[in-house]
Amino acid sequence: MSDRAETAHTEQPQIAASAAAPKLGRWLSASAIRSYSLVIAIAVVWAIFAGVTGGIFLSPRNFSNLMRQTAVTGILSVGMVMVIVTAEIDLSVGSLVGLSGMAAVMLQTVAHAGLVASVLLGLGVGLAVGALQGWLTAYARIPSFIVTLGGLLAWRGAAQGISGGNTYPIELPSFMALGQSYVNRVTGIALVTVAVAAIAWFAIHRRRAERRHGLESRSAIGTAVAALVASAAAAGFVLTLNAYAGIPVPVLILVAIALAGTFLMSQTTFGRRLYAVGGNPEASKFSGINVRRQVLWAFCIMGLLAGVAGCIYAARLGSAGPQAGTLLELDAIAACVIGGASLMGGRGTVLGACLGALFMASLDNGMSLKDVPDFVQSIVKGGILVLAVGLDALARRRD
Amino acid sequence: MTVQKEPLLQMSHITKTFPGVRALDGVTFDLFPGEIHSLVGENGAGKSTLMKILAGVYPEHGGKIRIEGQPQQFRNVRDAENAGVAVVFQELSLVRELTVGENIFLGREPSRFGVVEWNRVYAQAASLLRELNIDIDPRVTAGTLGTGRQQTVEIAKALSHNARILVLDEPTAALTGAESENLFAVLRMLRDRGVGIIYISHRLEEVFVLSDRITVLRDGKTICTVARGSFNQQALIAQMVGREVTQLFPHRARSLGEVVFEVRHVTVTDPTGRGGLLVDDVSFAVRKGEVLGIAGLIGAGRTELLTALFGATPGRTGEILVDSQPAKITRPSDAIARGIGFVTEDRKRSGLVLDESVVKNMTLVALEHVSGVFITSEAREIAASTKWFDRLRIKAPSLFAKVRTLSGGTQQKVVLAKWLMNEARVLFLDEPTRGIDVGAKAEIYQLIDNLAQSGVAVVLVSSELPEILGLCDRIVVLRQGRIAGEFSGAGATPEAVMARAIGASLPAA
Repeated sequence: MSDRAETAHTEQPQIAASAAAPKLGRWLSASAIRSYSLVIAIAVVWAIFAGVTGGIFLSPRNFSNLMRQTAVTGILSVGMVMVIVTAEIDLSVGSLVGLSGMAAVMLQTVAHAGLVASVLLGLGVGLAVGALQGWLTAYARIPSFIVTLGGLLAWRGAAQGISGGNTYPIELPSFMALGQSYVNRVTGIALVTVAVAAIAWFAIHRRRAERRHGLESRSAIGTAVAALVASAAAAGFVLTLNAYAGIPVPVLILVAIALAGTFLMSQTTFGRRLYAVGGNPEASKFSGINVRRQVLWAFCIMGLLAGVAGCIYAARLGSAGPQAGTLLELDAIAACVIGGASLMGGRGTVLGACLGALFMASLDNGMSLKDVPDFVQSIVKGGILVLAVGLDALARRRD
Repeated sequence: MTVQKEPLLQMSHITKTFPGVRALDGVTFDLFPGEIHSLVGENGAGKSTLMKILAGVYPEHGGKIRIEGQPQQFRNVRDAENAGVAVVFQELSLVRELTVGENIFLGREPSRFGVVEWNRVYAQAASLLRELNIDIDPRVTAGTLGTGRQQTVEIAKALSHNARILVLDEPTAALTGAESENLFAVLRMLRDRGVGIIYISHRLEEVFVLSDRITVLRDGKTICTVARGSFNQQALIAQMVGREVTQLFPHRARSLGEVVFEVRHVTVTDPTGRGGLLVDDVSFAVRKGEVLGIAGLIGAGRTELLTALFGATPGRTGEILVDSQPAKITRPSDAIARGIGFVTEDRKRSGLVLDESVVKNMTLVALEHVSGVFITSEAREIAASTKWFDRLRIKAPSLFAKVRTLSGGTQQKVVLAKWLMNEARVLFLDEPTRGIDVGAKAEIYQLIDNLAQSGVAVVLVSSELPEILGLCDRIVVLRQGRIAGEFSGAGATPEAVMARAIGASLPAA
């Protein structure tokens, strides 16, 4: 309380109040507008596709498919955004998905391992590769483009090697469930109730902390509206999915990872340092941040998440093939960039990346529903990627 | 040579302003053909800016330039080159991966129907180098040459333009004695051919030997011009540094505590492997509440010293003691853990994350103490930042304003706040008021004084003599990496400090 009393009695009390936060300004910041515009873009795309498919696009069944299709790219994009924020890149992610999925499935087939062991192996392979590539980038000072380009080739070769070119069908039902099962409807309702409660608690906790530090000028209405919108979205999301078969397991995993990722990036010292390192590595170094260690961590997390995605990818297909995951890195990078990440580093959010993944998956799904030929789909996606980033660059230049 | 001729070059009432700083204020300068006219002055006096205007680097400026009586309007460097101006700057601009011959003819290679005639390139380069008595094979890759020889190639490149006006900015800084002598011979030969030469250097002995006339610049103004026969070192130095005290520095009545930071026999080797010593056997100590100044010319090793002491560059030997305890500092976090802070020379490059907000920049060092060991608390950060925001009177729209949008002075305050929030006990300041307007400068001087009063030990590197003399209790002068002098109290005069910085003898008491 004494801090607040002190600031209230300085010569310029207005500074204390306005320094804390202009009420509306925060909600209209550049990055906020970016996120909103992506949400709007997704809404528009959904509306268009719903229209031209006679409503099938937004049917519970297709919505469920769409969410499931987003999962793998979404999980990868959570890791990729961390790497991109540090101004590095990881091109080996697709090959790593193939390799880790293959390792997990082969352990089941060849060594009769159970769910836990095989998943741990998949994660372990991803983490080990991530650590290696991170070390080569951060400590051996080899450009990440080259390290991960080499990885793209090498890990694909490794997958070919250990599988002998064969595709391994999955026989373990618990593992298969990772990609193909649904969360019980009742559990789904329970989860969303917990989620809404958590949103409410978080909002209240924040208000309380603000009041404790004398920042009541912050908009109470803004916080309430945000909490309400988030709760409504969560509820709508789960209810639609429940109308078909429940929340798909991969989607639940994606949500959990996305929440953890968002928390890590925006609420921890680790995340803060990651943004600093990407924004200005020199200034970060002079501020005592261990720049190399931060980069290494980013790659480790990326590798770990590639392991997760690898397991889910294989589970969804029902088998692990040596070509699994080809070109997935491009989808992940596109998702991050559409979501607002800058390849120069220092910019990008997990939420944006996931929305970017959802956007791309929506285009995919909608165009497939309309039987648009594959080559046209590729051209459209490429064009939209350039358009999205071009518009963003234009908007930033005007700032 | 006092033959009356038409001036080859006339620069009249040249003015140049950068945001917040008036670099040149009505400078007049002229040059006759067949003359070596030297420009001298402190760092920041405006010499390089004036020459950049002549070279066409700054097309926008006040005043007029006339060459052989014809008014000139340089829109770019090419225009200046075509008018017969050739400049060799201090910063090397050779392309390291290309050969010497390619560098000399860069952009104007003799060609036939668009195809370069390499034989002619190398033949012409070889004959040019021979004529200038430079023993370098034009087919050698430029990057493999030492800095001194690279500089010689730059001079050859400038001369290959058949310039009427040749400008050299600190040409002997990286040359050996023999190379310098060679250069002087070449310059005299060119002068005798009628070329007008502008020579910028801090080495007054050289300037006296070479020049026909010497002009002194100070604070962006022409102070005086003297001709051969009237050269006097003491008088020249006095003109370079003498000025009315228009800036008020806070009155210093400081009580000094015990020694809190000490450096013994510190040596820093050049990390680029050229084998030189950037800092050579430097020792000093700073007390609690004391402001120690480190003066010297650019390249004397001041920034290199601080950066190495902070643990940000490798190759340092010697001892560092904090509170009389030996401190092992191998990286910046070691220094920070010992309570040392470093406000670097270039805040945009190494002080701030420009696209982040004020609060995120301020909390960057003390993040774990202020916000939380793992989970950050925005409310705590805002509270801590508001305190410094108010105390330092930071003029920003809010704590969330992006630092990039702030003025230089405000940005510097954010950097200072960052270190103060971390409770720095020893603060290194490297050119803290560079690129900052007069009003903000005064505020920062007050802040520095407040810091000293509250017991912080301050080490201040500055190229502005008034600043160093006005703020510091003691001044150490570095020259070519070594301590060249130490002053305090009445002995600390601008002339004495400048004399030590350039290696001249001290003025008579």
